[in-house]
Amino acid sequence: MTTEIASGNQGSPAKAGVDGPTSTGSRTTLVLGILTLLGFATLGLMAFVVTPPDANQGDAVRIIYVHVPSATFAYMGCFLTTLGSAIYLWKKSQWWELVAYAGAEIAALLTAVTLLTGMLWGRPTWGVYWIWDARLTSTAMLMLLLLGYLAVRRLPADYSVRAKRASIIGLLLVPNVVIVRESVNWWRTLHQTATIGLHTKMDGIMLFTLFFGFVVIGLFFTWLLIHRFRVAWLEEQVADQGLDAAIAERRAEGTAEAEPTLPSHLSTGEATP
Amino acid sequence: MIHDALLVAGKDLRLEARSRVALNQVLPFALLVLVLFAFALDPDRGLLEKATPGLYWIAVLFSGLLALQRSFAVEAADGNRDALRLSGLDPAGIYLGKVLAVSVQLLVLEVLLLIGVAVLYSTHLGGWLLLAATVLVATAGIAAAGTLYGVVAAGLRVRETLLPLLLLPVLAPVLIGSTRAFEAALAGTPSEGWPWVGLMGVFAVLYIVAGVLGFGPLLEES
Repeated sequence: MTTEIASGNQGSPAKAGVDGPTSTGSRTTLVLGILTLLGFATLGLMAFVVTPPDANQGDAVRIIYVHVPSATFAYMGCFLTTLGSAIYLWKKSQWWELVAYAGAEIAALLTAVTLLTGMLWGRPTWGVYWIWDARLTSTAMLMLLLLGYLAVRRLPADYSVRAKRASIIGLLLVPNVVIVRESVNWWRTLHQTATIGLHTKMDGIMLFTLFFGFVVIGLFFTWLLIHRFRVAWLEEQVADQGLDAAIAERRAEGTAEAEPTLPSHLSTGEATP
Repeated sequence: MIHDALLVAGKDLRLEARSRVALNQVLPFALLVLVLFAFALDPDRGLLEKATPGLYWIAVLFSGLLALQRSFAVEAADGNRDALRLSGLDPAGIYLGKVLAVSVQLLVLEVLLLIGVAVLYSTHLGGWLLLAATVLVATAGIAAAGTLYGVVAAGLRVRETLLPLLLLPVLAPVLIGSTRAFEAALAGTPSEGWPWVGLMGVFAVLYIVAGVLGFGPLLEES
């Protein structure tokens, strides 16, 4: 009980005091969004037209301009989740809890993109969509761990319950990713030494395109992060205000019913069918 | 802390001794899983014997999940969670007690399952030292992580479906490690299995530390 009250009190002055977002977007996100879209258009142009096909992999190499940056920023999202969860548990800062939530959602999206592009790359390169390679397996496990966090975060329960339990999962997210990754690595390298990676010789325009991919996915990540944070913030505010409004409404009803004397109350009841 | 842990473990085991839920429901379920594997994989082709380590640990994980659910269902009734908090017991002690009680039940289950695979899958057991070490550290790991995630899911309406989703990916290293170690023991090459026992030991220690530190705050809310 005490923690609930404490976190509830903590939440409201933060909302009232700090200028919390009032809409899902801002001028910054508008600029970021336009830059991201332009970036994707340019990246597409560079990946498909400007850069040459790879000597070994042919056209399949073009997918790595999205694949590698997505994987990197998926990890970034996980770190944000663990960091945000730790700070929430330590300082009860709702701001950081929402950052953790937004980070996990985008990390899940980017992990899915990584897996999907990886499979599409694997089909022409290896002949199959999936091999039980250490990297693939640990990425799939990362996806499942993220889904677990999101499942807890989206529980139909009070904010304090959801946030606290999700934060514990979030806090353990990165350590778990590391442990699972290491064990899977170990598991696979004992069996097959040849790990087929994305090793390819990159130079000049291809390397530049990859770096540009990092910039574009980075912009995309930041853009989505800010938007998701604002949406989550507004959601929690609506939940709070919705409850307050409902209570106020019921109270108003109660006083309205109590004030008029009995005959007039009856007469109004009959007059308005 | 140790005293509190023994109290809680004693309470849980006494509950089990009187209700016999693990004995009458979880254990038959585990044996059922062994039989279902035999239906799924033709017993005549020798697949069962070859796949024994994996099948065995999958059966342990699934029945372990049931034992863990039970361990927290016991606390959910009649506001026992609040009673535990009010009891003045050290939260770390409560955590360790729960881990201990689940471990004891799992160990019994594992020994019986081991007899089960030896009889049903005609697996030749060997490398006893490695087998015993694997069973011990894997059980500690499953119970430690399971109790921590169990309390996260406890008291929620969706706990039955949530716990497997949370716990099984986390336990992947234990499944990998215990299966490899069992394979090494059964193949008569125990030296390949010991590193995996080490890995699972590290896993168990990490989770016990996390549980001892984190159980207090988790128990406090709601």
